[in-house]
Amino acid sequence: MIPGIFEILLLGACCFAPLLLIAVALWGVGIYNGLVKLRIQCENAWAQIDVQLKRRYDLIPNLVETVKGYAGHEKETLEAVTKARQQAIDASSIQDQGLAENLLTGALRQLFAVSEAYPDLKANENFMQLQEELTSTENKIGFARQHYNDTVSRFNTRCQQFPSNIVAGLFKFDEREFFELEEEAAKEPPKVEF
Amino acid sequence: MADSNQRSNIEDHTSNISAYPPDVTFHDLIAQNKRNSILLIVGMGVLVVVVVQAIALGIMAYVGAGSEQNVFSIPGLILAGFASVLVVVGASTWSYFQGGKTLLSIAGARPIEKKDDPELFNVVEEISIAAGLPMPSIHVMDEPALNAFATGRDPQHAAVAITTGLRKKLKRDELQAVMAHEIAHIRHFDIRLTMMVATMVGLIVLACDAMLRIAWYAPRSSKRSSKEGGGAQAIILVLAILLAIVAPILASLIQFAISRQREYLADAGAVELTRNPQGLASALSTLASDTTKMQRANRATAHLFIVNPILNAKGRENLNSAFATHPPITERIQRILALTR
Repeated sequence: MIPGIFEILLLGACCFAPLLLIAVALWGVGIYNGLVKLRIQCENAWAQIDVQLKRRYDLIPNLVETVKGYAGHEKETLEAVTKARQQAIDASSIQDQGLAENLLTGALRQLFAVSEAYPDLKANENFMQLQEELTSTENKIGFARQHYNDTVSRFNTRCQQFPSNIVAGLFKFDEREFFELEEEAAKEPPKVEF
Repeated sequence: MADSNQRSNIEDHTSNISAYPPDVTFHDLIAQNKRNSILLIVGMGVLVVVVVQAIALGIMAYVGAGSEQNVFSIPGLILAGFASVLVVVGASTWSYFQGGKTLLSIAGARPIEKKDDPELFNVVEEISIAAGLPMPSIHVMDEPALNAFATGRDPQHAAVAITTGLRKKLKRDELQAVMAHEIAHIRHFDIRLTMMVATMVGLIVLACDAMLRIAWYAPRSSKRSSKEGGGAQAIILVLAILLAIVAPILASLIQFAISRQREYLADAGAVELTRNPQGLASALSTLASDTTKMQRANRATAHLFIVNPILNAKGRENLNSAFATHPPITERIQRILALTR
């Protein structure tokens, strides 16, 4: 019997179907591994934020001690910093922690503003070092958040885009939340007073 | 007046800034860059082998000019081929692992520790965090000239170097921008690409130079004949010499074109990291105003630096030509400022 076009097609399909299946499977594995890698990157980026926040908690007691030596009567400002630090450490939810961290940032700014009035303090090498470290740590916290959000954005895009969304849905890759914590002050337009 | 002039200039340039479609991410570009590295290394490696083969043929023609017997030896060609492949593979392997260190020592860069310059260390660490990369080692070049560069084979084995002149001159946000530009080079794998391309260009220049010299001094029979074979040999010889002259120029042109494109990309990458285009723009204008010549930079290392360390007749403001390693600084500043809008 001379094989018809249908038989030839069937034979072809039988031969190529397994190959195609393997190719698709390999492709899926690639996408899956890419998603896993991105998820780990998100977790690392999140951990980096914590590292920098802890670094700030560690620096503050030193700063408070140094400032006390020169500007002991700025009690309110110093206490506000110490209190804000403790609040941030004790915070249980991410929301609370975010608010506390903002308070702490504000209190530190206030402390540095106050220290402007003490030339001896400003010339103290230890103080200058601490100021540089705290400024930098502040930047690092900001950059760590930025990096976390960049990574989450890539991960979420991958979770939504076709065809990786199929793999993401199949293996329950859940989209992650952005670190959105704007300072209340930053939301308001700056007040200009004459 | 000058201000409005500059503004209209900026507006002229904003139209051709979207060189990449909006959905192309930096990570696509990095992947593309890695692919391009491999393609370029293989392509230029093949070019080295071809040049060596062609010039070997040329020498055979030269040496044999006038003699009766066939001077083209197949084993000779095969030998030349094997030797050149070995040299290409050897040189690229060596440059992959040792190139970074070598470039640092050529530039006279010495490593520093955190206690030597805490601010510089902090700034580099901040940008590394923003890029999600390990921190590169930090080096300083004792020169009054204003410049900086990055090198290494990948982000895990990377280094940044800055001249003492530039370090002193920049404010914190400008320093951050310059370091972000260098870390963008690291992040984009430009450091590997430029290092390997430089090695290949060096090999091509070296091979052509060596072959031209050999051809110059090679012994040949004194009696010239105008026989048929002699004519064909003469043509091969001329072609080989032409190739030996053109190949290095072509290779350098490719290298410069890559280098210029990478600079724009690193500027954009720096702004992506710092989110502060003004910082980079003002750092670049500081760099543009510098007229100090860099002592320990030469044509082979010029493309590494953030701005061209070699001054020409017009000072640092180099012409927008195929032979430039960097795009004109004003053009770079205009592209950066366009990002703020």
